[in-house]
Amino acid sequence: MTSGTAISAQRTTALDVAAVRQDFPILRQRVHGKPLVYLDNAATTQKPQSVIDRLVRYYTEDNGNVHRGVHWLSERATDAYEEARDTVRRFLNAAESREIVFVRGSTEAINLVAQTYGRAHVGAGDEIVISTLEHHSNIVPWQLLCEETGARLRVIPISDSGELDLDAYEKLLSDRTRVVSVVHVSNALGTINPVDEIIRLAHRRGIPVLVDGAQAVAHMKVDVQALGCDFYALSGHKMLGPTGIGVLFAASALLEEMPPYQSGGDMIRSVTFERTLFNTPPYKFEAGTPDISGAIALGTAIDYLTQVGLDRIAAHEHELLEHGTDALSRIAGVRLMGTAKEKAGILSFVVDGVHPHDIGTILDRQGVAIRTGHHCCQPLMHRLAVPATARASLALYNTRDEIDALVTALGNVREVFA
Amino acid sequence: MMSDLQDLYQEVILDHNRRPRNFRALDDARKAEGYNPLCGDRLTVFLRVDDGVIKEATFQGSGCAISKASASLMTESVRGKTVGEAEALFERFHRTVTASPDAPVEDLGKLSVLAGVRQFPVRVKCATLAWYALRAAAEAREEVVSTE
Repeated sequence: MTSGTAISAQRTTALDVAAVRQDFPILRQRVHGKPLVYLDNAATTQKPQSVIDRLVRYYTEDNGNVHRGVHWLSERATDAYEEARDTVRRFLNAAESREIVFVRGSTEAINLVAQTYGRAHVGAGDEIVISTLEHHSNIVPWQLLCEETGARLRVIPISDSGELDLDAYEKLLSDRTRVVSVVHVSNALGTINPVDEIIRLAHRRGIPVLVDGAQAVAHMKVDVQALGCDFYALSGHKMLGPTGIGVLFAASALLEEMPPYQSGGDMIRSVTFERTLFNTPPYKFEAGTPDISGAIALGTAIDYLTQVGLDRIAAHEHELLEHGTDALSRIAGVRLMGTAKEKAGILSFVVDGVHPHDIGTILDRQGVAIRTGHHCCQPLMHRLAVPATARASLALYNTRDEIDALVTALGNVREVFA
Repeated sequence: MMSDLQDLYQEVILDHNRRPRNFRALDDARKAEGYNPLCGDRLTVFLRVDDGVIKEATFQGSGCAISKASASLMTESVRGKTVGEAEALFERFHRTVTASPDAPVEDLGKLSVLAGVRQFPVRVKCATLAWYALRAAAEAREEVVSTE
């Protein structure tokens, strides 16, 4: 089935989840004899047929190396790759295509900023501000930078409901703050952070802000110019695209003066054994042959999300979140973790007397895929005083019936551990 | 309930999860911590060894039902054994929980109740965590052992 065609005609109406599900072949599977209920979208999303087809078509018809050849295939691959860059630019509403750097994922995007902008601007006694909600990928790169430079990591505290303490944040900002790096949507709790306010407060002091948007972009509209952020990181595989491709948006003023990240082919203008002149952004930051097919298929994934409509997706997921929150709250012994007022489609919970890992195994046998563990957020788990949580995370193709299947499967957990 | 889940969560296992035996620290004993970074399970095994014989084995920590029950059953079954016998038992136990689902279950006494883990390969680490910590404690290594 051609992606999006069934739904693009009904832009103003609610999302037609049955039509959307038709576009995702993996959802037709049965697991342990039960229909697959895929609720691990914060870990990775499934891919529509159009994305899968685009990968196949690339290798069937378009494969050539980019920015190198004068032959037809190289030109074709280059055009498609650069077109994908422009698709990302439009999607994020960035001003210029050169602000879009293809990387492996948001982890690499953050490492890139820490190792280039960070190394150039952070010194002994300086401070980097992150939050308690961060994924390890937005903690460890900064920790390494602090170790290298003698800078100090400062952490915005959260409330018990999982919301950032903005007053404390404002007090953390000082003349020594060199970077603020915060998550847009928490992968473990679903909290949507007020990144516009966070950016406004940092910019008042001239401090650049990186926003980790890995969990945001498939679930809400993001406009980097409206936000005014300096860096925005995202992962393709969490937004219906392939694994191994992601994006760093960096405002051109910063990108121009950043030293290179990795070095090698494609990122240079000229090389002699005495001296190398670097290419201009974004190529300066894309050493070696990139994930060409991944970038192109990411463009296809964005086309899909745009056709369905992010407003419609957000509304659909919000309705599921409300239904799930209500249903899980009614189960005795279940405690929801993360009850921020502004929340994306993530239901993190613990069950009295049952370890999340046991919940995960029992649910899996019912065909229900959730994530259990610390979600790469060990400091957050420590703050919440739990070793781990069970987490159901939603995407556009999930249904109310699937939430109900989760609730039923949780009944099995109670039965086993009665 | 499905039979493989019943095999995994047998009554003995649920009982040892609810009321773990030898769930306490030992002073002046050999100890080692086991840690599974995948799920955050963390437990410490304490051993009092006298003349090569395990006089007492205890544990503390947090983890899933499988790792807790396995630790509890282990502390019961290694008591009175030499360190070498305990190591041999671990090897047999490891074979049992990693065997193919249709292989016959070796008689390991109470430990055989954990044979159902073989149907859940991702949970083998939970069942063996305490044993790795026991091995490290017996060798009186101080570092945290990891199942990863």
